[in-house]
Amino acid sequence: MSIATKKNAAPDPSLKIVQDATCTFCGCVCDDIDLSVKDNHIVEAKRACVLGKSWFLNHHVDERPSCLISGQPAPVADGIERASQILAGAKYPIIYGLSDTTCEAQRIAVGIGDWIGGTVDTTTSVCHGPSGMAFQGVGEVTCSLGEIANRGDLIIFWGSNPAESHPRHFTKYSLMPKGMFLPNGRKDRTCVLVDVRKTKSAKAADIFLQIKPRRDFEALWILRALAQGLELDPEETELETGVPLAAWQDLMTRMKAAKFGVLLFGMGLTMTRGKHLNTEALLALVRDMNAYTRFVAKPMRGHGNVTGADNVVSWQTGYPFGVNLSRGYPRFNPGEYTTADTLARGEADAAMIIASDPMANFSQAARERLAAIPFIALDPKETPTTRAATVAFTTATYGINTPGTVYRMDDVPIPLRPAFDSPHPSDFEILSGIERRVKQLKAAVRLP
Amino acid sequence: MSEVFILIPGRTSKQGCGISEGKFTDGYRSETSLLQVCPQDMQRLGLAEGDRVRLSSDTGQVEVAIVPAKGDELPPGVLFIAYGDLSSRLMGCDTHGSGMPTSKGLDVVMEKIV
Repeated sequence: MSIATKKNAAPDPSLKIVQDATCTFCGCVCDDIDLSVKDNHIVEAKRACVLGKSWFLNHHVDERPSCLISGQPAPVADGIERASQILAGAKYPIIYGLSDTTCEAQRIAVGIGDWIGGTVDTTTSVCHGPSGMAFQGVGEVTCSLGEIANRGDLIIFWGSNPAESHPRHFTKYSLMPKGMFLPNGRKDRTCVLVDVRKTKSAKAADIFLQIKPRRDFEALWILRALAQGLELDPEETELETGVPLAAWQDLMTRMKAAKFGVLLFGMGLTMTRGKHLNTEALLALVRDMNAYTRFVAKPMRGHGNVTGADNVVSWQTGYPFGVNLSRGYPRFNPGEYTTADTLARGEADAAMIIASDPMANFSQAARERLAAIPFIALDPKETPTTRAATVAFTTATYGINTPGTVYRMDDVPIPLRPAFDSPHPSDFEILSGIERRVKQLKAAVRLP
Repeated sequence: MSEVFILIPGRTSKQGCGISEGKFTDGYRSETSLLQVCPQDMQRLGLAEGDRVRLSSDTGQVEVAIVPAKGDELPPGVLFIAYGDLSSRLMGCDTHGSGMPTSKGLDVVMEKIV
């Protein structure tokens, strides 16, 4: 078919076009996707990456009931009642997940946590939670992705594989764009990848430094020392990091010479031994670099609204994750109030899991505890967690079926433009129902 | 054969797409149960693509099929598997006061299942 014929063809009246839809699969939150929708199926997602296409094109309205109680179909109102009774009657209830739902739903979830005197934690705690701790210790010299696109002439990815985890990051923000101060786009930028594996992202980099596993902390402190002009032993440096001292010196020379340096870091730092100490070293290095030039750091955030979860929980409690509200005021203590710990130690006696799958992603001890206590799960899809839940709600998918707000990885709020309605209730609707009922139950207990 | 390796679980494109396709689909399950091994290690240990191995950590044990890592993606002594149920079973529950269990760079013993 020729292009002319295509242009002249009558538009398919059954095809709905949604322009500038927002993809919420990863933290890039691309909001330039054009969706073609036919009979409640997305048949095309223009400009989406491989992960985005899979996110949109595999979205079918789940035919499961909107509510299951102990595996049996039940009215949603009954599910809300049962969920409220479980949460209001628990001594140590936890609320967990939240990174794949809207800010509006997250806000209600924190409110429920306050009413029940529970613990509110998000998937941040097993993602960039250690970075959150490091932000509090060191601070974050930061910027928006737009500034990176317009100014970043030295881009360093550390412990991150955007080619597979954030496929459009290179083209939209960090490498390819022709920016205000980078008229030649990629030609005006130098890209460095530091990682244990020579991942698919290495092909996009000008320089690849393959460090030894679990030596990020040492490597970052070597760079801090070089920034200060300290002399280092070449043999010891290579023995510790697996990379020759000359390569680190070359990198430091480039870092000092950059006009706008950017260090984008992934979970290669936060999930590895050292955790928050690794990210603290990286943030301190970036802070040091500002004595020489402009340098910024950004975590590569994974889930579509994990950044929103950090923001919403911070607005409401003062802390980004791992917040305990049992005393009537918020307390923050990673390791004590984080879900991997409260479950594995057997402390939580009830849970509400929102858009997350701890039954597949947590340690065995944590999974066993979750399986042993009553818990509620909200998820658009069937997962090991929804299968094991006492009350499981099938919910509408945010961004595809429901409007709302999400935060891009650089803390920029983005509105959602849904493609079609779902027969299932949204997270916001379910959580609002639970909050109303929990308030009643708690008020009844407090009355003399 | 039985030897200690460092295991790195991580994201792959197929695993990411598999989340949207469904966690009970064959595609997701096969991607998250396939262990990448450095070709030099495979040759040294007499392993072939498709062989099944047992991975044991301090806290768990899983059985997976192996595939050679592409090109020089993995250095000798390092293994890779896509995030999922199996990789999490090898993860301990101690978060060292951070909330984050050590999920990458895990010490595991790999042994061939005969």
